[in-house]
Amino acid sequence: MSKEPVAVTGVGQTKHVAARRDVSIAGLVREAALRALEDAEATWADIDAVVIGKAPDFFEGVMMPELYLADALGAVGKPMLRVHTAGSVGGSTALVAANLVAARVHSTVLTLAFEKQSESNAMWGLSLPIPFQQPLLAGAGGFFAPHVRAYMRRSGAPDTIGALVAHKDRRNALKNPYAHLHEHDITLEKVLASPMLWDPIRYSETCPSSDGACAMVLTDRAGAARAPRPPAWLLGGAMRSEPTLFAGKDFVSPQAGKDCAADVYRQAGIADPRRDIHAVEMYVPFSWYEPMWLENLGFAAEGEGWKLTESGVTGLDGDLPVNMSGGVLSTNPIGASGMIRFAEAALQVRGQAGEHQVDGARRVLGHAYGGGSQFFSMWLVGAEPPDS
Amino acid sequence: MTSQEAPGPRDIAVVAFAQTDHRRSTEDSSEVEMLMPVLHEVLARTGLKTSDIGFTCSGSSDYLAGRAFSFTLALDGVGAWPPISESHVETDGAWALYEAWTKLLTGEADTALVYSYGKCSPGSVRDVLTRQLDPYYLAPLWPDAVALAALQAQALIDAGHTDEPALAAVGARSRADARTNPHAQLRGPAPQGDYVVRPLRAGDCPPVGDGAAAVVLAAGDRARRLCARPAWIRGIDHRIEAHGLGVRDLTDSPSARLAAENAGAFERPVDTAELHAPFSSQEVVLRRALRLDDSVCVNPSGGALAANPIMAAGLIRIGEAAARIHRGASDRALAHATSGPCLQQNLVAVLEGDPR
Repeated sequence: MSKEPVAVTGVGQTKHVAARRDVSIAGLVREAALRALEDAEATWADIDAVVIGKAPDFFEGVMMPELYLADALGAVGKPMLRVHTAGSVGGSTALVAANLVAARVHSTVLTLAFEKQSESNAMWGLSLPIPFQQPLLAGAGGFFAPHVRAYMRRSGAPDTIGALVAHKDRRNALKNPYAHLHEHDITLEKVLASPMLWDPIRYSETCPSSDGACAMVLTDRAGAARAPRPPAWLLGGAMRSEPTLFAGKDFVSPQAGKDCAADVYRQAGIADPRRDIHAVEMYVPFSWYEPMWLENLGFAAEGEGWKLTESGVTGLDGDLPVNMSGGVLSTNPIGASGMIRFAEAALQVRGQAGEHQVDGARRVLGHAYGGGSQFFSMWLVGAEPPDS
Repeated sequence: MTSQEAPGPRDIAVVAFAQTDHRRSTEDSSEVEMLMPVLHEVLARTGLKTSDIGFTCSGSSDYLAGRAFSFTLALDGVGAWPPISESHVETDGAWALYEAWTKLLTGEADTALVYSYGKCSPGSVRDVLTRQLDPYYLAPLWPDAVALAALQAQALIDAGHTDEPALAAVGARSRADARTNPHAQLRGPAPQGDYVVRPLRAGDCPPVGDGAAAVVLAAGDRARRLCARPAWIRGIDHRIEAHGLGVRDLTDSPSARLAAENAGAFERPVDTAELHAPFSSQEVVLRRALRLDDSVCVNPSGGALAANPIMAAGLIRIGEAAARIHRGASDRALAHATSGPCLQQNLVAVLEGDPR
């Protein structure tokens, strides 16, 4: 039995900000869901099931919040499934929802991911008590900074590459009305002059802490035929995981990331990602992860990723635009961040990305990762349905 | 990757099941140490290695572990190297099984490893579960799981659907049946005891304990090669109800009934039902909603009243039902799992063995 093709016909997100004190958690997720339904010109009655994801429950202090959110998401009487795969969860959630359509269990599924980080403090929510963690290893930056340093040493990249990425992404965010950070006066000099947080990661090279939600309507061929706007078609999707720590683990370019990308490219018939994929929305919470993931995903040879960044290839007007939305560096409601990447890829191939639309973006990769660079989820979406 | 099969949905079966001996406390071992023997056992039953498994999915809760991303450590027990195709639900493992079933249906994998675990012993699980409630209106009042179940039990009594002696009989039967279940925490008669929250007495409540469970799923011919009598999943569905207890009829479970209907449970009678009813009163609700009469063998394992490792207890129901089919003690069984206060969310699977 062949799989049912899966289409994205609706995308909705909230205006991401540091604190949405005007809405409850239910109000936040409902806002994104309603926008996705509006985009698809669908109603709650068209939705067969809801698949929801978020990062650790400690971020809001609510255990399994999907139970309380069933009403707000119109899920009463329907299946509601909660996914949690660390930082990659937004992407994984979309893939679980897509499988429900691909397997013909349901015709139309609402998928949503969120984080309302203002309800707590994510940095300390992620920091284990001593003696389970070194006393100075505070937050995600403390974990990832040494791996960035390892990349710099291995590749011989100039120290300024990270600042170039941050400057580009924050400039891209100015074109995205939903992005959290809108730093109209950002300059490369300001990025370089910002305080060093976790050497070599500066303050302006770090993701913010955001409240936000993102939702998508996924549907089958029949649903796509009824859609008012061009759909995005799922051409390939995969998840891969590896342990947090083990002898021989390559934190700079994890094998799970390589395997995940290879699986997606195989499904989508991508022989050369650099040639066949037109733009990438990847999970870059710290600036240096742009060149690192460019290599891990096969867009550049090992040690060469930074050259794409330095030469402007990854700019909005470049040959391979990366993080057109402004990326995680401009918006980070953690549990939603993966889905925002996937949704941006869909918006691009649908031609619905507004001011940050890339001309001719027919195949776009969405990428998310989480944990200790160990959980990966990716999807490749296209303007044309698979096998057409 | 996948074998040639007839058109139409794939046949998918539970081909192996393993669980821990559930205990009041496992402070001598970590979650990974608790889980690993179960993973080894379930794989050994099929002869598969981690690297042979097409998809892995687990269920657990950070709120039981008391730390963020607790499931990442459990992955060490799986041995995810080389990297594996893997996912996780922050819910009972029965929903992880549902996700894995979906994955197998797509044809992207032929086998799946599903596991879940919960350690209730480190904290007060009654209090921990209050954090599962509406954070603005309900959680600040800290109504605990037993108190909410007692509301449901009282509603049942008021509606004339049961009485206290009948509830006591559910608990007594469960623990008597658990005598033949070497994994159960409460085996044999336990005193009905005092009221915990009126009208529920100690005997109406589940034991608090730690445990883990794992199953292997396989599709089509692969299932037949891995298991002499696979437990075919003829249907599986899950449904959720409103969260606010005030807008629900607590004496009924429309979500369980709808899930059962979608799973095909009412098409033909089942001979066995494994119900995830942590409180005796909830078995009364579920028997009515799922139309189970006295001809059906309900919870021969002892059910959640004999062992209730949270996040694993639902998956264990599916595993127990499948194991009875594997050994020829059942031909068609219903397995049920629940999540949320007072049976808010319910999953029903219908399992069948090939004709003997």
